[in-house]
Amino acid sequence: MIETRKSTNFFRLGLRRLLFLVCLGLGGVLASATLVRFAPGYGAEERELDPRWRADSVEALRQKQGLHRGLPSFYFHYLSALAHGDLGESDSLKRPVGELLRQRLPVTGNSVIRGLGVAWLAAAGLASLGLVTRGWWFEASTTAFNSLLLSLPSAVVAMLAVHLRTPVFCAIAVVVFPRLYGYIRNLLVRSYDQPHVLAARARGLGSSAILLRHVLPLAAPPLLALFGVSFAISFGAAIPIEALCDSPGLGQLAWQAALSRDLPLIVNVTLVVSLVMLAANSLADLAGRAFAGSTQ
Amino acid sequence: MNPLQKLAASALCAIFVLMVLATFLLPTPYARQFRDIPNADPSTAHPLGTDALGRDSLSRLLYGTRVSLLLAPAAALLSTMIAALLGSIAGLLGGWFERIVLAATDLSLALPWLFLLLVVRATLPLDVPPFVSVVIAFLMMGLLGWQAPIRVICAAARGVRDSDYLLLARSSGCRPARLLLGHVAPNLRPLFYVQFFISIPLFILTEANLSILGLGVMEPMPSWGNLMRGFEDFSTLAASPWRLVPLILLVIVVMCFQLVLPSQEVTQ
Repeated sequence: MIETRKSTNFFRLGLRRLLFLVCLGLGGVLASATLVRFAPGYGAEERELDPRWRADSVEALRQKQGLHRGLPSFYFHYLSALAHGDLGESDSLKRPVGELLRQRLPVTGNSVIRGLGVAWLAAAGLASLGLVTRGWWFEASTTAFNSLLLSLPSAVVAMLAVHLRTPVFCAIAVVVFPRLYGYIRNLLVRSYDQPHVLAARARGLGSSAILLRHVLPLAAPPLLALFGVSFAISFGAAIPIEALCDSPGLGQLAWQAALSRDLPLIVNVTLVVSLVMLAANSLADLAGRAFAGSTQ
Repeated sequence: MNPLQKLAASALCAIFVLMVLATFLLPTPYARQFRDIPNADPSTAHPLGTDALGRDSLSRLLYGTRVSLLLAPAAALLSTMIAALLGSIAGLLGGWFERIVLAATDLSLALPWLFLLLVVRATLPLDVPPFVSVVIAFLMMGLLGWQAPIRVICAAARGVRDSDYLLLARSSGCRPARLLLGHVAPNLRPLFYVQFFISIPLFILTEANLSILGLGVMEPMPSWGNLMRGFEDFSTLAASPWRLVPLILLVIVVMCFQLVLPSQEVTQ
């Protein structure tokens, strides 16, 4: 009975999260559409500046593009095009935005996932090692190293990666690692200081057994939430790294779009990234709650 | 404060004094070119040498330090003020207003910080005078950097809302504006200070990233980010390591902020 109620509650929570995601997504779409519509230079066509075009021809061109439509009508057309998978055309690259996203998303996805994997392994490994050894020297040196990495701008890490000819995912891992290490270390230390862990230590349980059986289950829900946040950090790091390492991913695309003021492109790239982020955060949050529920 | 924190605070003070006195310490104007000695090695006339355009590197570093160290705290102040105002009101009022503010915060937080800045920067003209580029960078960071502090402030204001002294103030007929300014804000002031100081290193790093990508402070005005654009060719840096001074200074300042703040979280 209790199990059924728990699963029903969890299902409801999942549905609520999905609804929230849809509402936020819709809000993001409308905000993006507004940004495109009211951006300086919206609808300015080079052809309109051509003196060979007569005024009535320019007017006909504008009518064809629907530039005089009001905001509700603009929203409607934007949303209906979006529902049909039409994300518009890039102003600078003169190619469909959907096609560009299909090409670039796997590149960034690949770098981000591999970079996250390396960063998580390194951060979790080092934090666990620090917890087990609890040595002053280890603690001080890792904190100093972490602080140094935190103080480096991502763009400088990218330039260093270009110089050392390291893959893009390594640069992403270097940027993400210090952000993860601090949180993971604090979480593990806090869990390690709990009374039941102290009791387990007093009973003579080994360090690895304490870590695996008592500390990790306690720290798992916030760690899962951190996993969602680390996605946002790594996607953010991908912009300067891909731009400077000349990697043809979403980060480089967003940078090129910003430099050429290609609003339809950058707005849609941002929209896709924010939806991926929201989905990742929601999944991580749900997984954390499910884990917390199962351990209770 | 432990001795290390005192040392970090002293270093920060020294760098800020250097920034204030930059005008008197500048050997030459930051944009003046010595066309006959581009990429010069350090000398008595140019202690940090000259850049590729023959400009004195020390003058550019001193002026760039001033730009970066004024820009980041100014942007941090603006973002903290926005977060303090919105977060306090949302926490105090609760209900639909709090839900809307938190949903907007969730939406903004879902977006990586640099993506958000790129979108806004793309809506603004790029070919602007250097001073305008500084103002744009400051406004962008200040107006968009409120998301992380607002959650913390809103949660704290929610705690104040349920407190006994606020109940007493309400029952005494205090108006909402007075509740906010006279009771909520003074109690949350330490939190505002912490959020302000946490934002500074984040904005220093963001300015550096934006300027390296060509979307921040524009030439010829120097900033730490601008000065690091020359690092693209790391091989030349081995022969002229004094060019790393802007990066070293930036790292020292950000590390000092990390040391001074007890439990800060640089998120991006």
